[in-house]
Amino acid sequence: MTAPEVATRSVEPTQPAVSVTDLEIQIAASSTPVVSDVTFDIAAGEILGLVGESGSGKTTVGLALLGHARRGLRIAGGPVLLGGRNILGLGDEQLRRLRGEAVSYVPQDPASSLNPALRIGLQLREVLEAHVRHRDGGQVDERVAEMMREVALPDDRKFLRRYPHELSGGQQQRVGLAMAFANRPSLIVLDEPTTGLDVTTQAHVLTTVRELAGLHNVAALYVSHDLAVVAAVAKRVAVMYAGRIVELGTSEALFSAAGHPYTRRLIGAIPRLTGGRTLVGIPGHAASPGSRPPGCAFAPRCNLRIERCDEEIPALRLVSSDHQARCIRAEEVLATEQRRAGDPIEQPAAAEPAAALRLENVIAMYGQQEVVHSVSLQLAAHECLALVGESGSGKTTIARAIAGLHHNWTGKITLGDQPLDASARRRSAEVRRSIQYIFQNPYGSLNPRKSIGEIIEQPLRIFGTASGGEASRRVAEMLERVALTAGYAARYPDQLSGGERQRVAIARALVCDPAVLVCDEVTSALDVSVQAAIVELLGNLQRDLGLSMLFITHNLPLVRSIAQRVAVLHQGTIAELGDVSQVLGTPEQPYTRQLISDTPSLEVAAAEVGLAEPEIP
Amino acid sequence: MITGTGTTASPAEVATPPVRATSLLRRSLRLWRTRIGVLLVGVLVLLAIIGPYVAPYGPSTPVGVPNSGPGGKAVLGTDYLGQDVLTRFLYGGRSILATALIATAIGLIVGVAIGLIAAYSRNALDDVLMRIMDVILAFPQIMFALVAVAVVGPQAWVIVLAIALTTVPRAARVARGAALPVVERDFVACSEAMGVPRWRIVLGDLLPNTLGPLMVEASLRTTYSISVIAALAYLGLSPNPNSPNWGTMIQQNQIVLATQPWGAVMPIIAIALLTMGTGLIGDGIARTAAGIDRARSAE
Repeated sequence: MTAPEVATRSVEPTQPAVSVTDLEIQIAASSTPVVSDVTFDIAAGEILGLVGESGSGKTTVGLALLGHARRGLRIAGGPVLLGGRNILGLGDEQLRRLRGEAVSYVPQDPASSLNPALRIGLQLREVLEAHVRHRDGGQVDERVAEMMREVALPDDRKFLRRYPHELSGGQQQRVGLAMAFANRPSLIVLDEPTTGLDVTTQAHVLTTVRELAGLHNVAALYVSHDLAVVAAVAKRVAVMYAGRIVELGTSEALFSAAGHPYTRRLIGAIPRLTGGRTLVGIPGHAASPGSRPPGCAFAPRCNLRIERCDEEIPALRLVSSDHQARCIRAEEVLATEQRRAGDPIEQPAAAEPAAALRLENVIAMYGQQEVVHSVSLQLAAHECLALVGESGSGKTTIARAIAGLHHNWTGKITLGDQPLDASARRRSAEVRRSIQYIFQNPYGSLNPRKSIGEIIEQPLRIFGTASGGEASRRVAEMLERVALTAGYAARYPDQLSGGERQRVAIARALVCDPAVLVCDEVTSALDVSVQAAIVELLGNLQRDLGLSMLFITHNLPLVRSIAQRVAVLHQGTIAELGDVSQVLGTPEQPYTRQLISDTPSLEVAAAEVGLAEPEIP
Repeated sequence: MITGTGTTASPAEVATPPVRATSLLRRSLRLWRTRIGVLLVGVLVLLAIIGPYVAPYGPSTPVGVPNSGPGGKAVLGTDYLGQDVLTRFLYGGRSILATALIATAIGLIVGVAIGLIAAYSRNALDDVLMRIMDVILAFPQIMFALVAVAVVGPQAWVIVLAIALTTVPRAARVARGAALPVVERDFVACSEAMGVPRWRIVLGDLLPNTLGPLMVEASLRTTYSISVIAALAYLGLSPNPNSPNWGTMIQQNQIVLATQPWGAVMPIIAIALLTMGTGLIGDGIARTAAGIDRARSAE
């Protein structure tokens, strides 16, 4: 990377670049607060991480820094000072000029933020020309090339003439970053810019963000649900819960000794690469705006709750220098040792030799393209085998082939000693009942027009296991098993949270006593605390029911918490296969080592942030 | 309502009827455009149904001098044969509405079935079905009806079938388009992995999730059917040219539009309001389904 011009803006060292005070955002129609009492500063060149689970209001806060409120919401309190100027009082025209010039935004999905019909070079030029009138085109070309070099993309004419769809997801997001930094704004809001990217790509993007923010002295707000990612990119982190900041401090302080029970539980829910531990989810779910309790919003889910917690909303107060927490018992919380995670997983005695499912030389095609090259795998009875790989590695194709949903493959898949037909329709009912599949996205796998009861009952009816009252009884029983109540049977999927939906999907898969359970990225659409609870549930069910489980994921640390053996899939072939502790502890293949080192984790985050100073060549 | 899987209804299912399409209708009623549409259609349908019972005279009874203006025994004057305009107007809505509704219903059921099957098959059958639809689509609706009536004769069933047949490809296209994204969703794959019969997937998974666009299409197609049938009647192609019918009335009385306008103007207003009403309902449902005006309708 060549040295770009040194930032010319002079920022007083004492004055923060961005200062948010008592930000309140309400639902316009009912004046119900969605976000309240949000106060924080970001210094120039600093990245502040804003962490929260879905519904916590983190994106709403991020957008408020651009002076924007989503439809139906209203910014009711402030100010949001940007270089001393309150942006909440600006008119539309002033705001328009502000955005892109002084503030910019990097959205979650890079593909949707780029115009698919325009070449990326043109789009980059537009960003520059929208705000500054450049006299000659050569000057603009020079700046565009410089922007590309900054984000480590080729700056040649050929690359700039590409369309967005000709770029990979990581490249698209880097173009997004280049556009965000183009006019040297003083603040950048990044809204989960690496969600949906592979770990390797994510690692590159995170490095780019860190370098650019430091290099150009830009204040950045990094919004994410992923604590490990935030730990890797930000020195200071604010944790949001139910519309309020519950803890604000340096990432080291937060991750080693958090002062708020919620932060502690959240950290406990993160899967770790080191040491196989069961994950501990947080029971219950966050109250939605309008139904939040009068006292501490986390109190109903907190195991340290005392009477005083319900009386009034605790203030965000200093618990040590540069570390604030919104908990009346913060000192007590701090005094206890941070529990890193749950108990170590008891490894069951050596898996029984009988293979429940066997794949032999499976070659799967997508049209003319071979995406899985001769994969052989054995899933022993009662074991959980994790299949790990990045997107495009063929892991979902393998899973779908097992379930009879992907038909274009050759080789042999046997259940017990019975070879399986490619199409689920041509398999016997007994085979279809024995292999159950849980889909990645609980929002897509439940028919929105059917009640939960009907959804779970469907397999019973199809396989003729039970009907009428007996079926209703089994549905109720299954709902209890997945930690829901029988009352859910009358509800519809859109009345359920993501975690609850995934529990319903699990109940549907298990209601007819399958032998093999295929879980395809079942937690990737869920929050960490919900993910932990689902993994906990799946692990328990697998042990209790003696299931053979194929657990497909891109999340390497998660493997530790659920599987006994792991297969690492790379471009359609198995790169490494073995016991979890062996593969993740002492990986033999360079690809596995690369994957492990690119995975953001809290353990290495502290060290990385220390090294995060931009290197100016 | 169709849920496709309600074959073994347990008491629990009966207690919570899984009818969700009504909620879309109900939500769309918060919009003024839908309310106006429902009001217009309601009034005109009511008029067509109870009209004959409240009409002052028989439909073919001469009550005065032909083409005389309003006043005396005839509130809206008389038509070209001296029959009461108000009476003929009150009688004239039934046949148009009945033909239009039956024709549209037949066309929609067949068309939606073809569209869903095409979308779900994802193979050559899809192409074959849709190309056949394209061929039918190539004939303009009014021309097709004219040819059918000219060949077979102006019987009611010919008109109904002609309109139904030309509605089929249009409904099929919409149904297929609405079902294509649904086919890709995981709950369909889930049903397939379980081995749910294809017809059940079409009825239970696809149809309920395409009802929104289909309801819009239903109201639109009704609108077009009404205007086509009125146009046919105007051209004299109705089962009985002497029976009271809004389309025929316009044609019969247009010559004296300047001196005794009511004979032509009343049916024109009725047809215009009816088509506007069905159009507004369709638009309201579409807007509700798309989430437009959500903030406004919430108030």
